[in-house]
Amino acid sequence: MLRLSGVTVRFGDRTALDAVDLTVEDHETVCLLGPSGSGKSTLLRVVAGLQPADAGRVSLSGRDQADVPTHRRGLGLMFQDHQLFPQQDVAGNIAFGLRTGVRSGGGAGARPGAGRLSKAERAERVSELLELVGLPGAQERAVGSLSGGEQQRVALARALAPTPRLLMLDEPLGQLDRGLRERLTVELRQLFRRLGTTVLAVTHDQGEAFALADRVVVMRAGRVAQTGTPREVWQRPASSFVARFLGFENIVPATVRERGADTPWGRVQVPKGTPSGRCELLVRPAGVRLTPPEEGLKCTVTGITFRGGASAMVSVLLQPVAGPPLTAESPLSRAPDLDETVGVTFTGHEVVVLPNAAEPA
Amino acid sequence: MSGPANGLRSRTVSAEPAVHDTGGPAPGANASRPPATRSVRRRAAGVRLALMAVPVGFFALFFAYPVVTIVGRGLRADGRWQLDRVGTVLGDPGVQQVLWFTVWQALASTALTLSVALPGAYVFARFRFPAKRLLHALVTVPFVLPTVVVGSAFLALLGRGGALDELWGVRLDTSVWAILLAHVFFNYAVVVRTVGGLWAQLDPRQEEAARVLGASRFAAWRAVTLPALVPAAGAAALMVFLFTFTSFGVIQVLGGPRYATLEVEIYRQTASLLDLPTAAVLTLTQFAAVATLLLGYGRLVRRREAALPLVAAAHTARRPSGAGQWALLWAVLVTIAVLLLLPLGVLAERSLRGPDGGHGLVFYRALFELGDSAAFLVPPVEAIGNSLAYALAATLVSLLVGGLAAAALSRRAGRIVRGFDALLMLPLGTSAVTVGFGFLIALDEPPLDLRSSWILVPLAQALVGVPFVIRTMLPVLRAVDDRLREAAAVLGASPFQVWRAVDLPLVRRAVLVAAGFAFAVSLGEFGATVFIARADHPTLPVTVARFLGRAGELNYGQAMALSTILLLLCGAVLIVLERVRTNNAGEF
Amino acid sequence: MPGRKFGETLVLPACTRFHVHEGSAMKHRVTSVLAVTAVVSLLAGCGSSGTDGTDTDTVTLVTHDSFAASKKVLNEFTERTGYEVRVLRGGDAGSAVNQAVLNKDNPQGDVFFGVDNTLLSRALDGDLFVPYAAKGLSNVPKQLRADAERNRVTPVDTGEICVNYDRDYFAERKLEPPRTFEDLAKPRYRDLLVTENAATSSPGLGFLLGTVREYGADGWRDYWKKLKANGVEVVDGWEQAYNDRFSGSAAGKGKGDRPLVVSYASSPPVEVLGKKERPEQAPTGVIEDTCFRQTEYAGLLSGAANEKGGKALLDFLLSKTFQEDLPLQMFVSPARSDVDLPELFTRYGATVEDPLTMAPERIAENRERWVDEWTSLVLR
Repeated sequence: MLRLSGVTVRFGDRTALDAVDLTVEDHETVCLLGPSGSGKSTLLRVVAGLQPADAGRVSLSGRDQADVPTHRRGLGLMFQDHQLFPQQDVAGNIAFGLRTGVRSGGGAGARPGAGRLSKAERAERVSELLELVGLPGAQERAVGSLSGGEQQRVALARALAPTPRLLMLDEPLGQLDRGLRERLTVELRQLFRRLGTTVLAVTHDQGEAFALADRVVVMRAGRVAQTGTPREVWQRPASSFVARFLGFENIVPATVRERGADTPWGRVQVPKGTPSGRCELLVRPAGVRLTPPEEGLKCTVTGITFRGGASAMVSVLLQPVAGPPLTAESPLSRAPDLDETVGVTFTGHEVVVLPNAAEPA
Repeated sequence: MSGPANGLRSRTVSAEPAVHDTGGPAPGANASRPPATRSVRRRAAGVRLALMAVPVGFFALFFAYPVVTIVGRGLRADGRWQLDRVGTVLGDPGVQQVLWFTVWQALASTALTLSVALPGAYVFARFRFPAKRLLHALVTVPFVLPTVVVGSAFLALLGRGGALDELWGVRLDTSVWAILLAHVFFNYAVVVRTVGGLWAQLDPRQEEAARVLGASRFAAWRAVTLPALVPAAGAAALMVFLFTFTSFGVIQVLGGPRYATLEVEIYRQTASLLDLPTAAVLTLTQFAAVATLLLGYGRLVRRREAALPLVAAAHTARRPSGAGQWALLWAVLVTIAVLLLLPLGVLAERSLRGPDGGHGLVFYRALFELGDSAAFLVPPVEAIGNSLAYALAATLVSLLVGGLAAAALSRRAGRIVRGFDALLMLPLGTSAVTVGFGFLIALDEPPLDLRSSWILVPLAQALVGVPFVIRTMLPVLRAVDDRLREAAAVLGASPFQVWRAVDLPLVRRAVLVAAGFAFAVSLGEFGATVFIARADHPTLPVTVARFLGRAGELNYGQAMALSTILLLLCGAVLIVLERVRTNNAGEF
Repeated sequence: MPGRKFGETLVLPACTRFHVHEGSAMKHRVTSVLAVTAVVSLLAGCGSSGTDGTDTDTVTLVTHDSFAASKKVLNEFTERTGYEVRVLRGGDAGSAVNQAVLNKDNPQGDVFFGVDNTLLSRALDGDLFVPYAAKGLSNVPKQLRADAERNRVTPVDTGEICVNYDRDYFAERKLEPPRTFEDLAKPRYRDLLVTENAATSSPGLGFLLGTVREYGADGWRDYWKKLKANGVEVVDGWEQAYNDRFSGSAAGKGKGDRPLVVSYASSPPVEVLGKKERPEQAPTGVIEDTCFRQTEYAGLLSGAANEKGGKALLDFLLSKTFQEDLPLQMFVSPARSDVDLPELFTRYGATVEDPLTMAPERIAENRERWVDEWTSLVLR
C-alpha cells in the first residue's frame, strides 16, 4: 500500500527525516513510535503531501506520489488536536470529505466507491459513522461543545467518512486521560480490524503503540531505530535507546566473557551464542528476582510503585551496594517493605544484550 | 525552524459570552464559575461605573456637547426645533446627488481596497520574506499621514506627467479612479492589519485537514479559512467604508469640483456658506449612517473574537514555495511599491530638489530660517517640536480615556456598554469642521473657555486617538483569563492589585502599541486641528498646508520637506511598533 | 519676541517639561495609574495658563491662516504701545470669518483681520464689529473704504485676482499671451486656462465676480458658456490650480498642462523668491485686464476684552511700518497710498492701474445665486 524509500526532509540545517524506508501493507496497522522531535509527524505530513520531501520517494498502491497533490492522494489524516472545523457542526465536519467530491476524478488517487453522494446519502453515511464511533445523534452539536473524547471520535469519523485507502493518525489519543485512552485504543483496534483499514499511526506512548499496532516502527532523530511486531520489539530491543524508550531502566555496560557478562552488579548470565566483548546489558524487571539478603547482590529498597490495573504487580526500586539502581517486578503480596535490605539474582532468559554499546544512551 | 506541526501550540481565544453559551467543557471557558453574590456583583458594577466615568465625561464634554450645540444652533430657531428643515434639505436634488456619490464611491473604494489588500493580508500573514516587518510598518504610514500631505504627491503619480502618464499615457487625476486609488492607498493597512493579523494566527492545519479530506487548495481555503476570516474582513470592510464614506481631503485634492461627499458638503455649508441648518441636517444624516456602520462593526468584531483555534503568528509564516506563491508574493510587493511606496517616494524626491534643478537640501535648510517671506513667526522647523508635544499630550489623553474605557468594556457587560463601545468610535466618522466649530461655540464660557487654549488641539486629536487605543487594548484585555484574576483575588489582592499583578503585565505591550498608534495618528491629524482657532503653535500638517497655500518653489519645496519629515516620524513610530507588537494586539 | 508670555514656544514646553519630569519618577511603571495622575495634573496645571488672554497688556488678533507679519514689526508695536500681540488663526479666510460670526459678542480676541469684500456683508450684518476710525485712514483711497459712514471696518490691504500666464509657454510657441477676458474664449487659447471652483475658492469667486463686472448681470453666463466651450478647466482650490496644473509655477514645472491660471497679481514676484540669481523678469506674467480687486478689512470685535489695545492694533495695522511690511509677508498691496512697494514687487509684479471692483452690498445680495448658477452652468 505505502512505500517510502530514502525519504529525507530538512528544516534549515536540521534533518527531520534522514533517508527513511518504510512500508505499510494492505490492512496492516503500523505505529510510528518515538520521542517528540524524532520526525514521526513530519513523516505523516510527507505521506499526506503537506510537506515536500527533499529526497526520496513516496508511493501509494505502487504509484509515485511526487506529482499528486494532497487532496488527490485519497488519504485520511487525524490531527493531534483533531482540527475540527469550528464553523461547522458535527455533521458538517464528518460530511466534509464526502462533499469535496474530487475523488470521483478516477486514477490511482481515487477511492473505491466514493463518488459524489447525494445529500440523503451523505446524511445516511454521517449517521452510520456516528453510530460507528459511538456518538449516535450528535449531528447537530457544535464542535465547541464536545468533550475531548467526543472530539476525538468526531475527528475519526470525519477521517473515515470518505473511506481512505490509508488512514493516518497523529497522536490520536494524546490529549485524553489514561482510562479513556486505554479504552479507545482497544475500540480503535477492533474497528480497524472490522473495517480492514490500513493504518499508519504516530504516538510517543509505547502502550498505545503496542495495543494498536501489527507492526511498530521506533524512530529516533529522523531515522528508523527498529522495526518489528510489538512482541519482537518488546522482547528484543535493538539498542539501549529503544530499550530506554520502552521504559526499561536496568541497563548497564558489560563485558561478555564465555556464558556470562561482567557488570557493575556482578556477573550476569547471558543467552547462548552471545559474542564476547563490550556491550550493554538489559535485565528486564521480570528477570530481577528478590531473594533473602544473604543470597545474591545486596540491595536496599528505595521505593515501591503500584502499577495499577488488574495485574497486582508492583515495581520495586532498589539501590544495590554496587552499580546503578535497579528495578524489580514483584507480586504485591510478596513485595518487600521500604528500606528493607534484600538480595537480588538475575534470570538468564530475561537478559537482553544490546549490540551497539558505543552509542550514547 | 522546527517542524511546523510540532512547533504549533494551540490557544483558544474565548472572549465573548457567545462561546460560553454552549455550556460545554471547552478549554478556557469560565462556565463553571460559581454564581456571584449580590454584593460582589454590585461592586463589579461600581468598579465599571467608576472606570467609565472619565471616558463618559470626556466624550460628553469634548464631543457630544460641542456637536449637539452646533447642530442645535442650526436646527433651533425661535426656541423651537425646526425639524421640517430635514425634509427640505434631504429633498434637494443637489444634496441627493451628494448622498448618492458618497455612498457609491465608498462602496467602490471598499470593494477595490479589499480586492487589492486581501492578497496583501495573506502574504503578510503566511509568508516569510526579507524586510517583512519594515514593509508592514511602511504600508501603515499612509493611513496616519494627513491627506493634505499625500494628496499632491499622489496627484503627481496619477496626474499629468506622473508615472502612469509616462508609462502608458494614462491620466487619472480628473476621473473618479484617482479618488478610489487614493482610498486604497490610505486604507490598505486597515485590511492588512485587521485581516492579516487574524489570518496569521489561524492554524494552517485547519486547511491541511480539509486538504487531506479531498479539498483542493482553493476549496480548502473557501471552506475553512474564509469563514474564519469573514468577521475580520467584514470589520475591516466596514472601517474602510467608514473612512471613505467620510472622506474629505482626498475628495478635495483629487476629486475636483465635480465630486463632493457628505463630509465635503458639510464643510462647505459650515465653513464657506455658514448655512448651519443645512449643515446640521447633513451632520445628522452622516451620524445616522456612521452609527449604523459602527453597530454593525461592533457585531462583527465580537464575532471575530469568537472561539477559533489560534496559534502564534510566528509559527504560521513560511517561505513561499512554488511558482504560484512566489508570483503572488511578487505581485503584492509590486502593488505595494507602486501604490503605496511610490507616492511617498515622490514626496521625498521632491523635497530633495534644488530650486535651480539638481538635488540638495535647500528646502530643509530653509525650514530653519525665518526668511524674508516668513509665513510664521518662528522658523517652520519648530512645527516639529509643536507636533511632537501636541501628539504626546494627545497620546496621554487617549491612553487615559481609551485605557479606562477598554478596562470597563473588557468586563463582560450588557447591551448599553456595548453601545458605548460603538459610541466611542463615533468621532472617527464625524466631520472635523463640525467638531471644530462645535468646540468654538460650546466651550466658550469660563471655566471651560478653552477656545484658544492649546489643550484643545490635543483634545481634538485624542478624539481620533481614543478609538485606536480601545480597539488595540480591548481584545487583549478580554483575552485575559478571568481565572487568573480570580486566583489573585483569592490570594487577597484588592481589585487594583489584581489589575496591576494580572492585567498590566499582560497588556503592557498592547498599551505600548496603543500609545504608539495614538501618537502616530495624532501626529498626522489635520482636520480638527486646522478648524480650531489657536495660538500660533502650528503642527506639521497645518504648516504643510500653509506652505502649499502659497505660490513659489521655496514654499512648495518646504512643504515637501516637512511632509517628508512627518513621513519619517510616523514611519519611525510604526517601525518601533512592529518590534513591540504582540501576536494578539488588537485589530490595528 | 512678540507675545513673549503666550508666544510660540513657552507655554507648551513648560507643560511638556512638567510631565517629562513626572514620567522619569515613575520609570518602572510606565503605564500605571501615575500616568493618569500626570495627565490630570497636566490638564489642570497647564490648561488654564494658555487660555489667559485677557491680560490688559496683551491684545489678541483673530485671523486666518494666511496672516503673516515679520517679528521686527510686531516687536515695534510692543515697543510703541506696550501691548504684546497674540495671534489666533482659524483656518482659511471663510472659515475664520464664520468662526468670528459664531462667537459674536463673546469673541476670542480683540481685533479680527481678514474679512474681504466678498464676505464683508456677513460680518457687518452679524454686527461683528464696533466702529472705530483708525489713524491713517485718511491715507487710504476712498474707493477702498467700505462702510465709510460708520467705520466698523478698516481696509488694510488689497490684492488683485488676475489670470497669470506662463511666459515660456507662449514664447516657445511664438503665441501672443491673451490680453482680455474676450481673448480667453478664443479658439487660439483653447484648453489653456485653469480656474478654481467659485463655490469653495476665494480666487475662483473673484474671477467669477470679475466676469460679472465685465459682462454685467446678464452677460456673464454667455461668456462662461463660451469659456466652457473653449475648454476651461475648473479645479477645487488654488493649490491644485497653481501648483499642479499651471505650467508656469515652480511646483508645476514640467508637469502642469495649463499655461493660464487664475491666481493673484502678486504671484509672479513670489516665483522669483528663492532663486539664487534674480532673473530679468518673472517667469510668469499677469493679464491686467482680468484683475478683480479684493480688499481685506480688519475691525474691532464687539465685546473685546481689551478695547483700548484693539484700537491701538487697528491703528498699527494702518501704520506705515505695518503697511510696508505687508507685501512681502502676505503678498498683497498696502491699503495706504503713501507707502512704497518693495523692489521685488515693482520689478517683477504687476501694478494694476484700474482693477475691476464690486460693492460688498452687491456681492452680498447676489453671491449665492451667482455661484449656484455658475455651478450648474459650468460644473454640471
